[in-house]
Amino acid sequence: MADGVSAEKGKGGPDGRPLSPHLQIWRWHATMLTSILHRATGVALYGGALLFALWLVSIALGPQAYALSSALIATIPGQVILWGIVLSVSFHILSGLRHLVWDLGAGFNPKLSSLFSNLIIIGAVLLTAGIWYWSASSMPPAPRFQGMQIQ
Amino acid sequence: MSRSKNSLRVPLAKVRGLGSAKEGTGHFITQRVSAVGLFLLLPWLICSLIMSKVQFGWEHAAVWLNAPWNAVPCALFVIAAFTHMRVGMQVVIEDYIQRSGTRLLLLILNTFVALAGAVSALFAIFRVFSWV
Repeated sequence: MADGVSAEKGKGGPDGRPLSPHLQIWRWHATMLTSILHRATGVALYGGALLFALWLVSIALGPQAYALSSALIATIPGQVILWGIVLSVSFHILSGLRHLVWDLGAGFNPKLSSLFSNLIIIGAVLLTAGIWYWSASSMPPAPRFQGMQIQ
Repeated sequence: MSRSKNSLRVPLAKVRGLGSAKEGTGHFITQRVSAVGLFLLLPWLICSLIMSKVQFGWEHAAVWLNAPWNAVPCALFVIAAFTHMRVGMQVVIEDYIQRSGTRLLLLILNTFVALAGAVSALFAIFRVFSWV
């Protein structure tokens, strides 16, 4: 009961024993942010993979189904989801590459880890912008999605 | 792990190293190997989708998926992605869901969703590929 952590914060477990420090105790830093983002983008991409499967199914179903999926992607929520997926993919693949390096036992130096965490965040945004620019430069002429017109 | 003489684990269990879930480190290795596969396949997928102009309409998308050199990597991508996401979500569920009943239910649901998504995607790829 007289333990430093639980006495200072006035918080302990149900039995009064000290708990290990949780989120609110730690100062925010880059490696913490990338760790959380890696998991968050991973969960988001779970939905992204299911949407990709649906998109493949819409090709197999034929022109009408594909026109519908294209029309849904063209809506504002559809575009937000599409580019959210691209941003999540960009971040997760760069951060995942660093995880593989960590798994080899390299790159644990705190300064280097923080530097790479910042580079990964910047890199993900740049990668997304690059993919957006590339795809925007090869968009079909207006009207963009002919499938929306009822014939 | 305890090395005390009072350990209740039999020597054979220690040698097998499979632990209480009987799977050992298999899921850990699966997660890494699928990650390496995705690291190769995802950049290809993004480039291929943009270059084949799938946003121009169904014909472009069907021509893209009908080509074997697109259908095969796409199927590999689906297998790697759904394997990776299933193991990843399993770790998230095991970390955050405390109630054992809910956890078991979500773990089974996770497996079903991942398998349903993967099989649907693979079937769609094969369907389009079979159009000559």
